Amino acid sequence: MANKVYYAMYDDDHKCLEGAKTLVGEGVHVSDAFSPFPIHGIDPVIGVQHTRLGICAFLYGITGTMTAIFGIKYFMISDWPMIVGGKPNGTMLENLPAFIPPIFEFTVFCAAHGMALTYLLRNKTLPGMPARNPDPRTTDDKFVLEIRTAENHGMTEDKIQSLLKSTGIVELDVREIEA
Amino acid sequence: MSAVREAQIRIPLIDGHKTYHDISEDICKPIESKASRGWYICITIAGIIALWGIGCIFYLIGTGIGTWGLNKTVNWAWDITNFVWWVGIGHAGTLISAVLLLFRQRWRMAVNRSAEAMTIFAVIMAALFPVMHMGRIWCAYWVLPLPNQFGSLWVNFNSPLLWDVFAISTYFTVSLVFWYIGLIPDFGTIRDRMTKPLAKKVYSILSFGWTGNAKAWNRFEIVSLVLAGLSTPLVFSVHSIVSTDFATSIVPGWHTTIFPPYFVSGAVFSGFAMVLTLLLIMRKVMKLENYVTVKHVEYMNIVIIVTGSIVGVAYLTELFVSWYSGVEYESYAFINRFSGDYAWSYWSMMTCNVISPQLFWVKKWRRSLTFTFVMSIIVNIGMWFERFVIIVTSLHRDYVPSSWTWFHPTFVDIGIFVGTIGIFFTLFLLFARYFPVLALNELKSILKTSGESYKEEQWKAEGGLYRKTS
Repeated sequence: MANKVYYAMYDDDHKCLEGAKTLVGEGVHVSDAFSPFPIHGIDPVIGVQHTRLGICAFLYGITGTMTAIFGIKYFMISDWPMIVGGKPNGTMLENLPAFIPPIFEFTVFCAAHGMALTYLLRNKTLPGMPARNPDPRTTDDKFVLEIRTAENHGMTEDKIQSLLKSTGIVELDVREIEA
Repeated sequence: MSAVREAQIRIPLIDGHKTYHDISEDICKPIESKASRGWYICITIAGIIALWGIGCIFYLIGTGIGTWGLNKTVNWAWDITNFVWWVGIGHAGTLISAVLLLFRQRWRMAVNRSAEAMTIFAVIMAALFPVMHMGRIWCAYWVLPLPNQFGSLWVNFNSPLLWDVFAISTYFTVSLVFWYIGLIPDFGTIRDRMTKPLAKKVYSILSFGWTGNAKAWNRFEIVSLVLAGLSTPLVFSVHSIVSTDFATSIVPGWHTTIFPPYFVSGAVFSGFAMVLTLLLIMRKVMKLENYVTVKHVEYMNIVIIVTGSIVGVAYLTELFVSWYSGVEYESYAFINRFSGDYAWSYWSMMTCNVISPQLFWVKKWRRSLTFTFVMSIIVNIGMWFERFVIIVTSLHRDYVPSSWTWFHPTFVDIGIFVGTIGIFFTLFLLFARYFPVLALNELKSILKTSGESYKEEQWKAEGGLYRKTS
């Protein structure tokens, strides 16, 4: 039997959230939700884990800080010490106040760009990628829940359909996919 | 009904009983329909001015910076004035999108997109000046710490000019990324609406295949928040670093510790003025009155009062400290500013930057769009004069009276300055034509807390009288 995917469409974010709660309460596994803007509170309902991008940003940032500190120490203290205006440059510590601005900037540079690249890669959003939203209206004013029969073995198709209809959907799209 | 309720005292931020679909319609329509004649006229004028500027830039690069009006006393003038002026203008966008995001100010959503675009274009204009000032533009990569055949002789990390390289490049690229990440979902909306095959293809590439699923939005919110957190200190650091170009020197009139906070507030002041100039035209031409309401303009004018007052206090503090320091060179520099040959520029600056923002204390005036528009231009003129006063008046009276002189801009100075305004407006007009000018998906997320119909419903439910004051 071919697996089926149900796309249940709602016209309101609140109805969509309530629908997801009802479905999950009845034991239906909701695979995903598509919406024109973030529906606050849907992530724990459908089991979307909180993203770890914040941790990535911290790691990229700390990498930037370390690179800047070691780089500047090599350029300015070890390799070619420059005496500018009689300012002390014997050790990194003596000269550190003047190096704080570039260290800070490089930290922000690495954290921001590292996180942004990770975000694009993890989301699979890159130039030329095809759009994978089930209906073009989900970027306008419609909210869609995705339910896969392959992930709901304990449910009959009729049961899923009747549950969906009870949650106030405006449209139901059923697509067959190869197993 | 919305889960988040707002106090009744907050008036709607989106007028006109909009639905989610209306927001998409209102913002995508200008992109989908043909451009108006006004747009073609504006872009032609801006384009001609831009071409003149580009011509002057090529002449400058081909001939050398001797074509500028600099002399041995005033050896820094319009180029650095324009640089600081443009960087300052570029400060409002990130402030609106980052600082106001952290403070959860919902009104920012109607202005952040265009303010960020303005930031990016302004920073590009700013970056042109130091690059041109290098003279030998093909050696521009020498500012990076790259191994070379002179030793290796590294760049000097003690120098504020090098800090500037790091600050401006970080600021520009981070602002660009922040702006683009916000644009991706909106490009997705345009892509899904487009019917013309070529346009659909282009917006499909621009939208990076955005799907809008739950995990993507989860990541989107965290990325926005962390980028805002990173950009907030960045905004303050960039103009502080620009100010140290002057403050770490020993020229009387520049050598002051007040410069970093004074430059930052001046930057926000001029940036907000430029946002208002652009937004007031855009809201009229693109019929965005329901999204950019009088209340939005009023909020921005309040920011102008605050930052303008900080700038005013800084001017007066500077003046007082120059006398109080007892250093005769320092006090002469300031006496010369307000009573010397360039007193006219000092008093233009004082009028435009200190007196004019105080007029916004009058509620009627800060809610008047015509008055705000005129004031926004006055503030930008004033802020250009501020940089001119700091730079040229401090230099033109050297320690040796025989080297006292004036600064006379040449046609290249004027051409490049006016040209950057042309390039800036050309870029902004292209943005307004092809990009979503408001963050439409962010606006949808506040519709239920700040939309007019929802507000009305909420007021009725809570037993209050519906009032609309905007």
